[in-house]
Amino acid sequence: MRKQRLVTMVAAGAATVMALSACGGGGGSSNNNNNKGGGNPSATGPNAAIGKAFNPSDKKGGTLRFANAGDWDSLDPGDTYYAYSWNFIRLYGRSLMMFASAPGQDGAKLTPDLAESKGVPSEDLKTWTYKIRKGVKFDDGTPVTSKDVKYGVSRSLDKDIFPNGPTYFNEFLDLQGYTSPYKDSDPNGLGLKAIETPDDQTIVFKLKKPFADFDYFAGMPSTMPVPKAKDTGSKYKEKVVSTGPYKFEKVELGKSFSMVRNENWDPATDPNRKALPDKITVQVNVNPDDLDNRLMSGDLDVDVVGSGVQPAAQAKILADPNLKNNSDNPLSARLWFTNINGEVAPLDNIECRKAIQYAADRTGYQRAYGGNAGGEVASSLLPPIIPGAEKIDLYPSKDNAGDLDKAKEALTKCGQPNGFETNISYRAERPKEKATAESLQQSLGKVGIKLNIKAYPTGDYAKLYAGKPDFAKSNNLGMMVFGWAADWPNGFGFLKEITDSRNIKPAGNTNFSVKDPKVNEAIDKAMTEKDENARQKAWVEVDRKAMESAYALPGVVAKGLYYRPKNLTNVFITDGFSEYDYLALGVSG
Amino acid sequence: MLAYIIRRLLGAVILLFVVSLVTFSIFFLVPRIAGASVEDMASRYVGKTADAETIRQMAEKLGFTDPLLTQYGRFVSAIFVGADYSTGPTTVHCPAPCLGYSFITQNPVWPDLVDRMGVTISLAVGAAVIWLFFGVATGVLSALRRGTVFDRAAMGVALAGVSLPIFFTGLLSLTIFSYGLGWAVPGGTYVNFAENPLAWAGALILPWVTLAFLNAAGYARLTRATMLETMNEDFIRTARAKGLNERTVVVKHGLRSVLTPILTIFGLDLGILLGGAVLTESTYSLPGLGKYAIDAIVNNDLPKVLGVTLVGATFIVIANLVVDLLYAVVDPRVKYS
Amino acid sequence: MKHSQEDLLAGGAARPSDRPNEAFLQVRDLKVHFPTDDGIVKSVDGLTFSLQRGKTLGIVGESGSGKSVTSLSIMGLHKRGTANISGEIVLDGQNLVTATPEQVRSLRGKRMAMIFQDPLTAMHPYYTVGNQIIEAYRVHHNVSKSVARKHAVEMLDRVGIPQPDKRVDDYPHQFSGGMRQRAMIAMALSCDPELLIADEPTTALDVTVQAQILDLIVDLQKDFNSAVIIITHDLGVVAELADDIMVMYAGRSVEYGSSREIFAAPQHPYTWGLLGSMPRLDRERSERLLPIKGTPPSLINVPEGCPFNPRCAFAGLNGDLSTTERPEFREVSPGHHIACHLSGEQRQHLWTTEIKPKL
Repeated sequence: MRKQRLVTMVAAGAATVMALSACGGGGGSSNNNNNKGGGNPSATGPNAAIGKAFNPSDKKGGTLRFANAGDWDSLDPGDTYYAYSWNFIRLYGRSLMMFASAPGQDGAKLTPDLAESKGVPSEDLKTWTYKIRKGVKFDDGTPVTSKDVKYGVSRSLDKDIFPNGPTYFNEFLDLQGYTSPYKDSDPNGLGLKAIETPDDQTIVFKLKKPFADFDYFAGMPSTMPVPKAKDTGSKYKEKVVSTGPYKFEKVELGKSFSMVRNENWDPATDPNRKALPDKITVQVNVNPDDLDNRLMSGDLDVDVVGSGVQPAAQAKILADPNLKNNSDNPLSARLWFTNINGEVAPLDNIECRKAIQYAADRTGYQRAYGGNAGGEVASSLLPPIIPGAEKIDLYPSKDNAGDLDKAKEALTKCGQPNGFETNISYRAERPKEKATAESLQQSLGKVGIKLNIKAYPTGDYAKLYAGKPDFAKSNNLGMMVFGWAADWPNGFGFLKEITDSRNIKPAGNTNFSVKDPKVNEAIDKAMTEKDENARQKAWVEVDRKAMESAYALPGVVAKGLYYRPKNLTNVFITDGFSEYDYLALGVSG
Repeated sequence: MLAYIIRRLLGAVILLFVVSLVTFSIFFLVPRIAGASVEDMASRYVGKTADAETIRQMAEKLGFTDPLLTQYGRFVSAIFVGADYSTGPTTVHCPAPCLGYSFITQNPVWPDLVDRMGVTISLAVGAAVIWLFFGVATGVLSALRRGTVFDRAAMGVALAGVSLPIFFTGLLSLTIFSYGLGWAVPGGTYVNFAENPLAWAGALILPWVTLAFLNAAGYARLTRATMLETMNEDFIRTARAKGLNERTVVVKHGLRSVLTPILTIFGLDLGILLGGAVLTESTYSLPGLGKYAIDAIVNNDLPKVLGVTLVGATFIVIANLVVDLLYAVVDPRVKYS
Repeated sequence: MKHSQEDLLAGGAARPSDRPNEAFLQVRDLKVHFPTDDGIVKSVDGLTFSLQRGKTLGIVGESGSGKSVTSLSIMGLHKRGTANISGEIVLDGQNLVTATPEQVRSLRGKRMAMIFQDPLTAMHPYYTVGNQIIEAYRVHHNVSKSVARKHAVEMLDRVGIPQPDKRVDDYPHQFSGGMRQRAMIAMALSCDPELLIADEPTTALDVTVQAQILDLIVDLQKDFNSAVIIITHDLGVVAELADDIMVMYAGRSVEYGSSREIFAAPQHPYTWGLLGSMPRLDRERSERLLPIKGTPPSLINVPEGCPFNPRCAFAGLNGDLSTTERPEFREVSPGHHIACHLSGEQRQHLWTTEIKPKL
């Protein structure tokens, strides 16, 4: 999801790798992400919160203290797109569906929240119906109806007022020209025809194209109910009306906010939330290194951004067994990869693209991201923690170090037996991407592919440079270092944005290079597959097709290093967000 | 004197106008010259999955589609007469001085700045009092005990103070006093003075001391140098020749002359700090103007950047003016006309 | 004030300084040495003289001859630790060299006062003239500010500042050069000092003002019956003013005598040099000025023998005596002392045949 401004490097440099290997022989530490608990003899130690709950507890009370090195895009459920925000928002809002509050892969499963059960699709997958639980109230005691959900979704369509949120509803709902409840002829703001509310408990979504994974949309914060009477548009984020176990107490945007128990939240209507702490405090715009120090000193409980500690703290943690015992190093649904631009000759020839796939030394790619602590070598786009993901390795090589013979073979087929010259771009403020470009320059250089390295500003990389096709073509950017994290841990959420060539815009793209009708075809097939298992397989097929066309060079599946303060109870990494599950956390102190 | 002040104030207004024009140009004109289209600029303020239509709408909403002069005119007029902006359900009036509203949070910038000013003023003034006292005192003692152990030690520490960046001393102080010894509260716990004066001071004591250390070092060195020079002046010999005791000679005759250069530097330093103690505020996570500026720049939030730049420039201009006026008070030889 | 001055003159007998045969100021074998990284700077190296109340001594010499150092030593204005002072400075029976700094301080401004060379830099630019005089008065007199202010106005009046009640509130930069020097004098005299040292009091002033200031000092000395030391590099300044003249060279006195003697029959070649470089209005100048050739000696490595020998045209007249032996400071006629190896005849001969005609 959209962490790009806040994402800090999840892995450290060579020194860290050495530190890691120096204490890596200690046995007990396991990176097994699918360890569902019970099997691990030690309840403590590194990675104790991966695959199972560490320090499980039902004890209520205390204050849970979050901090953020940056700031939310918005606290408004209709205007937020950060993964951590979607994780955190469950504390004060209830969407139709949600990711279960459970360790490991169970946390990547959707479960009904405000809805009574999963959505019921029509045969053509274009109509989805949900029933809303009875007895759910806003924090002022007003009952929540399906109309509040409709209103919430409707207002999120207005990108003038809510520019940050995702646009899936804009794209999929049969809007018929509807733009915003604020420009609605209906005084109740319910003029949107694509959503019907036949009664207060029922809500029906009408899509313009079939979509099998609509439950994921129903799990977006924009389906959280918003009472029209309290809607203040772009100012609503200052006083969001809660439907979850916590409501806002004091909000100072850009500085801090606090939440207390919402007495109008009825646990009887909510099987998903433990709601352990009495109070939640959040500080924003905290110095990132200071934040890590405070975590380690016990002065803070959670770094809400959930991208792991800073390089300085990482080195410290990996070097100190005591600190390391309180850390988790899970795989995430984030891929570091490099686009191969078919618009730039000779990469329009698939054999030349394949030559790059073969020649690339993926262990060098991994080293650029800090070795094992930074992530695992990837051989395809779909990260292994996404349910149903399969290992696809179309361009294998011994130890992932690159197959130069195959690469030369491909170059010959491409008509460039002596190699060729092209440019590679990376995001200037990201030293690891620079190291990636340098590593590729070296390994591709062995088969005569000469890379010239170009850096562009991180903030505008997608919008003005590499992600702007005209710019990329005219500047001969044959390769573009990039990274991607899933909106949801499923094939749709991860792959569509980076592989569907029909989404490519004049600027601000997420798909820089993959342009293959076969991939698009596979996507359409996957999106309309009703059976979940078959759907997962269909997305694996998309992954395979994308690898076959060789437009993207997979590099590393990222791992984050998280510090787990002793004070926390009920801690676990959820694959739904690749972060600690903020809904489950409690405090012992 | 009055004519002088009026002339200076007029100059200040013109200067601020130029500052606003330059800042505006850097953020609004230069990207266009560099080849960015209005859509390119607007694309920073929409979500990741926005389509071309959404971007175009945003460009229109933010006014990028208007000629630059119109945009600038709107910016200036908002400062004097305020502006209206839509929150969706309603239109909100942003009263003068309206410095626009954030492209990202959609909040008016001016109230934010006023709010942040309190933090920055607390930080800057508190630190200034400390560094002025310790810096000048150390400088005077060093000058009077030139060459002694005290002098050497003090100047060594001062050199360290000048050389060490605040993000180093800041983090060091946090590590030692907050996490190590637990004496001081960690960063990011600022509360307003009116709310809880004790907690206010508690949250500021480390930043005060750290910032004061950095500046005191410079002041100590400056004071020492000026004091040494002054104590060799003929009028100091005259003062001694009158039979004044050494204390009076140093304080009344020596220190009095050191005041002028100190005042100059102090006024400018304080003015710059009031515009935002960027590093200190970042290090200690204090929500002041400096932190605001950094966050605004990181997020490309142009109205915030413009607003904070103008406020910072205003502080510096005012500080300059105050310093110049104080000259006339401090030094009878200076007359304005 | 007038009254008290008359008191002072009339009742002076009660004062110890009026004891017979004892000068008010006696300096004996004064040595002021400054240790530096390059060696010891012997700024004053064995100086002896004395001064009676009501008398004026002119100390003459080039820059670096030790005259200012001498005066600062008397005033006790050398920074502690920087100068090694030995010998005796006896002011009215009290040895200032061995006195505590606090004792010397209590005498400064009260019994001995000093007028400095450049009144612009010597007065504090940030305080009014009146303030600075008031301050000087109140250090030694426990009086209210208004009394002290009245006194300051009187003093300004006394030194010839017009509209003193108004000018008392002016800052030094609002005064002209001559007025500033008058104000300086007013400040120095505010406590009726018995010893007044004027260090180049007219150097910074233009010629017409110089004469006025010198006249003022003479007048005031008469009124106050002070002992006055006038330090100058210009013999002309002291010609009319001084009772006695001491010529200093390289930290020592090379000639001492009554003003009349020094001008009429100078005995030391250095004094001849000084006279030769002095423009004189009272006689026709035969040739151009005769500057002393060479430069003053290093005070760290003072030349062997007579310090003046490298610059002295007559150093060879006595074999190598001038370069090997230091000439004794001896009395050559009553009250007239010199330090020179030349014999009386030689000096007489040289003066009458070679020097005098050229002046």
